[in-house]
Amino acid sequence: MTEAKWPLFEVFIRSRTGLAHRHVGSVHAVDAEMALQNARDVYTRRGEGLSIWVVPASSITASDPADKEMLFEPTASKIYRHPTFYEVPDEVGHM
Amino acid sequence: MYTQGLSGPVDQPDQGHDPEREARFQARIDAEERIEPNDWMPEGYRRTLIRQIAQHAHSEIVGMLPEGNWITRAPSLRRKAALLAKVQDEAGHGLYLYAAAETLDISREELVDQLLAGTAKYSSIFNYPALTWADIGTIGWLVDGAAIMNQIPLCRCSYGPYARAMIRICKEESFHQRQGFEIMLTLARGTVAQQAMAQDALDRWWWPSLMMFGPPDSESQHSDRSMRWRIKRFTNDALRQKFVDATVPQSQFLGLTIPDPALHHDPKSGHWNFGPIDWREFRRVIAGDGPCNRDRLRARRAAHAAGRWVREAALAHAAKRRARAQAAE
Repeated sequence: MTEAKWPLFEVFIRSRTGLAHRHVGSVHAVDAEMALQNARDVYTRRGEGLSIWVVPASSITASDPADKEMLFEPTASKIYRHPTFYEVPDEVGHM
Repeated sequence: MYTQGLSGPVDQPDQGHDPEREARFQARIDAEERIEPNDWMPEGYRRTLIRQIAQHAHSEIVGMLPEGNWITRAPSLRRKAALLAKVQDEAGHGLYLYAAAETLDISREELVDQLLAGTAKYSSIFNYPALTWADIGTIGWLVDGAAIMNQIPLCRCSYGPYARAMIRICKEESFHQRQGFEIMLTLARGTVAQQAMAQDALDRWWWPSLMMFGPPDSESQHSDRSMRWRIKRFTNDALRQKFVDATVPQSQFLGLTIPDPALHHDPKSGHWNFGPIDWREFRRVIAGDGPCNRDRLRARRAAHAAGRWVREAALAHAAKRRARAQAAE
């Protein structure tokens, strides 16, 4: 008889106040509460975090790597979106 | 704690051979780009990684057994707290690595089943017994020292999730080696009996530690391919030499003698040359006939079977709570 599997949760940790939560890995747990406890034990044994988010891995929608060019390539030609595209004479000073 | 160049046979030949995609894949590797879970990859790359990461994860988990055995017998509260933290780290390392392997489309349950069925390998070093407290010092100093040597290049492995797990592991591993060396230093500065205990542990662990780097390059079947894929960056022999060069001066500092009459410094190359390794012993231990292979698997199987009702009860409890919460809405 095969055992039922425990769901997978992705773990995000805020390492310091002022910083965004960052993906650090994943844990298995039966529910979100246990996922938080497991994430605390597995990913914060040395004061790595002040706050943890856990998200069921099945709830994440990700872009397909095959669509990378379609999604991100068009911005490469839009250099006018960067400040260095515009000329400002030196005399004007820092802008 | 550790991965070893065990180079088991990589199952079947690659399916869906696609030279054009493979060339593009290799170009990304050569450009030091990281490969991420959903990227296209050759089947052989995926299988090699699953095998290596799983062996590495199993080694962390089995590696808890020889040390866990000493937690209740540690000589002081300070030593006990450190050893407990170290064994907890090994559990954590096993979990990071299983999670990294799972990104390659295999479940943790399948990997654990392979370990318990005896079809997956783990590092040969954990099939040796930890007989005295000095063994705990030696394991930290030599076994974790060898592991670090092996793992630092893996932080730059071409597969993103594995490399990221290795960065975390290497950061934590450094305390393991230092706590082991401190135990050895204390014994080496202790009574004659304590010094003898330290020497005895070094005598027993030295050669198995050198075997941790895997078979010699001349016999390592999959080395070339793993190097080309940047899963591996140095050969087994190169890492082994680096380990010997780093460790000999440490043993001199401790006043302990490395059990190798052929060991000598070569002023020309600057390396410490060492005597021949007994590869028959290595193959015997890998094949399942080391001093503790049966014990280790028996302990893992017993723990897995004894924990089954807990895993099932936790799932049932979570389902009940979900159902109650829904009914209350």
